[in-house]
Amino acid sequence: MNESAGKPVARLVPLIAFAALVAFFVVGLVWNQTHDARFVPSPLINKPAPAFNLPRLENPTQLVSKANLLGQPYLLNVFASWCFACAEEHPTLMAYRDRFGIPLIGYDYKDAPADARGWLQKHGDPYHEVITDQSGETALDFGIYGAPETYLIDAQGIIRYKHIGPLTPAVIAKDIEPRIRELKQAGA
Amino acid sequence: MNPELGQLALILALILSALQCLLPIIGAWRNNKPLMETAPSLAIGQFVFIAMAYGILTWAFWTNDFSVAYVAQNSNLALPWFYKLAAVWGAHEGSLLLWMLILNLWTVALVVLGGKLPRAFFARVIGVLGFVAFGFILYMVATSNPFGRILPAPANGADLNPVLQDPGLTFHPPLLYMGYVGFSVAFAFAIAALLGGELKATWVRWSRPWTNAAWAFLTIGIVAGSAWAYYELGWGGWWFWDPVENASFMPWLIGTALIHAQAITDKRGGLRAWTLLLSIFGFAFSLLGTFLVRSGLLTSVHAFAFAPKRGVFMLVYLAVVIGGSLALYALRAPRVTGGKSFALASRETMMLIGNLMLTVACAMVLLGTLYPLVGEALNIGRISVGPPYFGPLFLLLMTPLVLALPFGPLSRWGKADLKVWRRALVRIVALAAAAGIIGFIIGVRSWYGLLGVTAATWVMTGVALFAIKRWREAPRGKRYPFEMLGMMLAHFGIGVFIAGAILTRSLSVEQDVSMRPGAGTVVGAYTFNFKGVSEVRGPNYRAQQGTMLITRHGKPVVTLYPQKRTYPGGQVQTEAAIQAGIFRDLYVSLGDPVGDNAWSLRVYDKPFVRWIWGGGALMMLGGFVVMADKRFRLKHAIEPETVPARPDPVPRAKLAEGGA
Amino acid sequence: MNAVRKRRLIVTLVILGAVAIAAGLSVFALQQNVTYLYSPTEVDAGKAPAHHPFRLGGIVKEGSVHQVPGTLTTDFVITDRFQSIPVRYTGILPDLFRTGLSTITTGRMEHGTFVATTVLAKHDATYMPPQVKQAIAKAKEENRIPPHALEGGGP
Repeated sequence: MNESAGKPVARLVPLIAFAALVAFFVVGLVWNQTHDARFVPSPLINKPAPAFNLPRLENPTQLVSKANLLGQPYLLNVFASWCFACAEEHPTLMAYRDRFGIPLIGYDYKDAPADARGWLQKHGDPYHEVITDQSGETALDFGIYGAPETYLIDAQGIIRYKHIGPLTPAVIAKDIEPRIRELKQAGA
Repeated sequence: MNPELGQLALILALILSALQCLLPIIGAWRNNKPLMETAPSLAIGQFVFIAMAYGILTWAFWTNDFSVAYVAQNSNLALPWFYKLAAVWGAHEGSLLLWMLILNLWTVALVVLGGKLPRAFFARVIGVLGFVAFGFILYMVATSNPFGRILPAPANGADLNPVLQDPGLTFHPPLLYMGYVGFSVAFAFAIAALLGGELKATWVRWSRPWTNAAWAFLTIGIVAGSAWAYYELGWGGWWFWDPVENASFMPWLIGTALIHAQAITDKRGGLRAWTLLLSIFGFAFSLLGTFLVRSGLLTSVHAFAFAPKRGVFMLVYLAVVIGGSLALYALRAPRVTGGKSFALASRETMMLIGNLMLTVACAMVLLGTLYPLVGEALNIGRISVGPPYFGPLFLLLMTPLVLALPFGPLSRWGKADLKVWRRALVRIVALAAAAGIIGFIIGVRSWYGLLGVTAATWVMTGVALFAIKRWREAPRGKRYPFEMLGMMLAHFGIGVFIAGAILTRSLSVEQDVSMRPGAGTVVGAYTFNFKGVSEVRGPNYRAQQGTMLITRHGKPVVTLYPQKRTYPGGQVQTEAAIQAGIFRDLYVSLGDPVGDNAWSLRVYDKPFVRWIWGGGALMMLGGFVVMADKRFRLKHAIEPETVPARPDPVPRAKLAEGGA
Repeated sequence: MNAVRKRRLIVTLVILGAVAIAAGLSVFALQQNVTYLYSPTEVDAGKAPAHHPFRLGGIVKEGSVHQVPGTLTTDFVITDRFQSIPVRYTGILPDLFRTGLSTITTGRMEHGTFVATTVLAKHDATYMPPQVKQAIAKAKEENRIPPHALEGGGP
């Protein structure tokens, strides 16, 4: 090290090695962004939401179907009492429920209704309506990976946007609110 | 207090940091005194605004201002007050602010203590630190603003991740950051020397106490992190070769090499290029550590996809700072043929072996840490590299270092007296072998444990022999200058650490058992009697608390109360109960109910585990003691030793970066 | 060649030799010690090694966790919502191990059951480790939507 560092070429070695490392990361970064773009968006975006007919959490004898919800855009938020990340997301939903300007529908996923009711009682209920999918079969049609997930569905019942993972104020500001505004303008 | 004021303070600090980078460096380049003299006031001004921003964020936590998104995400009403203060740096945005605050503390310390450095050199150092600060504040303002609002404010926040609700968190990140950021001072000295074309290596002596301080902080930061993992992760391990740990360990390895390389350059004038490179890389790894851990990049390149702006900014910043420094090095590396020549058997050679092993070990850790990312990027598959890679390789690389360690201090600079070596070697081998035999007699049976006893004695004997040598040879009062004392403490700490790390591994008795109340299990010399589980309440959690009475030869030793806590958000956190002792820890952690009224439990007897952190603490102490050496005290203002500043392309290039 | 140069040459050669050996060892150790992550779909398709340890990532299927009474052995099922693999683990599960959440286990296949030596649940409380998400996305890509992937799901 000592003797070779005096020569100009040798002095460039660290710089070149570092440049190679950075180039590697840049390639990785670019590759990953194109790569992710292929995989992550749901195949259902801009397609009609699957038809469903699910019981209400409050009164399981009443069923809510896709047709009942047509006519205005709404957010469908997948949650469950066993879901740790949902508890994280929960304060954000409480804060935003009235700011969205459209109904926030809870989709209770693979959960015992009693557990879900207890959970909402304890933490507060941000939803305008909660439907339950105990078996998870409708969830398959939606392509739900897990909870929490949020779908933005327009007045015609077409899925406009899907977010996987907890909603945060940043996500809402960046991805949800502009789309809601768009839908409202289109509807007006 | 208004969070928007915090944002304003950040922006003002950003402007000041840009000025702090430009004005002093231009001043030094143009030999313009008034411009150079702006450095201290700009640095202090920046500190005031960053401290203000930090204070405002802390206030928001203190007053439960959940309209601040960051507070809402990381705190809640029930959180105890000290965790509210610690929660400020509990996540990405706040930890960046803490990083900035610490950078400012170092800069202000430099302003206060570095008053006697040559003015042009001093101005350049402050300028480089200004550049570092500029990039960081820009990163914060552009991508990670801690003062963002959610309106209307939620009534209560989420919670601080319960894993982080431990006294360990209160100390670990700030200490670690003190270390990371401290290396920016060594870095700034190196860049200032390159910019100014320092012909002599005296700047290295000026930077040594700073490097030692940073290294000492980093050491204790890593120790705190390791202890925290031991308490909080609930399975009694103290080092996992986890990417996050590796991120802090790499700068430590380079830093250790750097403090030794600096000593050679300071004392003998040689190895200047190497010292420069290590200064640059020490800081590079610190940046990598800060960025990568919080960005999540270390778990997956895909983390970039979630926050592309942060990822890109981080890459550009790293590329500019490190690439720029290396380019500067390529252009300006001073003639390095200086320094006195040395024989194969000399202190320099011993220290070079150490340096080599430490840098290779760092490269090895880097390779293992980044390999999964390489795999992902090249689409080989999703891979992970586990402890079986790191552990044995690290041991292998450290063996020559440990063997050489006693002989470094015992050798003279230039050319060692082989007779001294031979005498020392005989004694060290004899004592280490004796320790091995004694270990065998008192019951250490595994070859690994015996190796530990032998290696630890090897290192400690070396330190003792050196102490005796100094006592005999040096005149009274000059026997142990602080620099030497610090070295001895740190080297002794390595011996203690080796003993702890290896003996814990070979002597620990660890059992995962299922026990019913009233049952007992024998662990080593102890009997653990399980009394049952009851429900208790904490300030912001409910817990199931087990009661475990530990006896030895029928006599009670201690009763431990391990807990399994449930926090309001539903998160569950295991709190191990530990009876800590100098020679052994008794460790109980509560698992889950496994039916039939039985619970799963981890019950451990871990001898010598404290020595791991004790050794680390000694190393830290050594680092601080070295700083007190008279050698580093600047008695009077130093005359400039640089060539008169002349216009040349390098500073201009550097400035262009600064202004970008 | 004078003495100084000769010595330097020796030092350089020793350093180069040491670095070469270290590099060789590192690469060898790396090859020996990397483990690959597979999704249940990939395991089902026979892509995972039969006799080597590997990592299995996915979601702990709802209602699948059963404790063998009085022992530390737990049986559960890891699913990517398309295929499911039964897993057996003896030991204490991490705090964040919960049904419906993602996990990464290390172990090997024995008679159709994945016998895990370690079970990891991520501590950073993110919704799903990116690797798992990617594995699931990939399974989805390859299978489209299978008719009845979740036989008898539900708690």
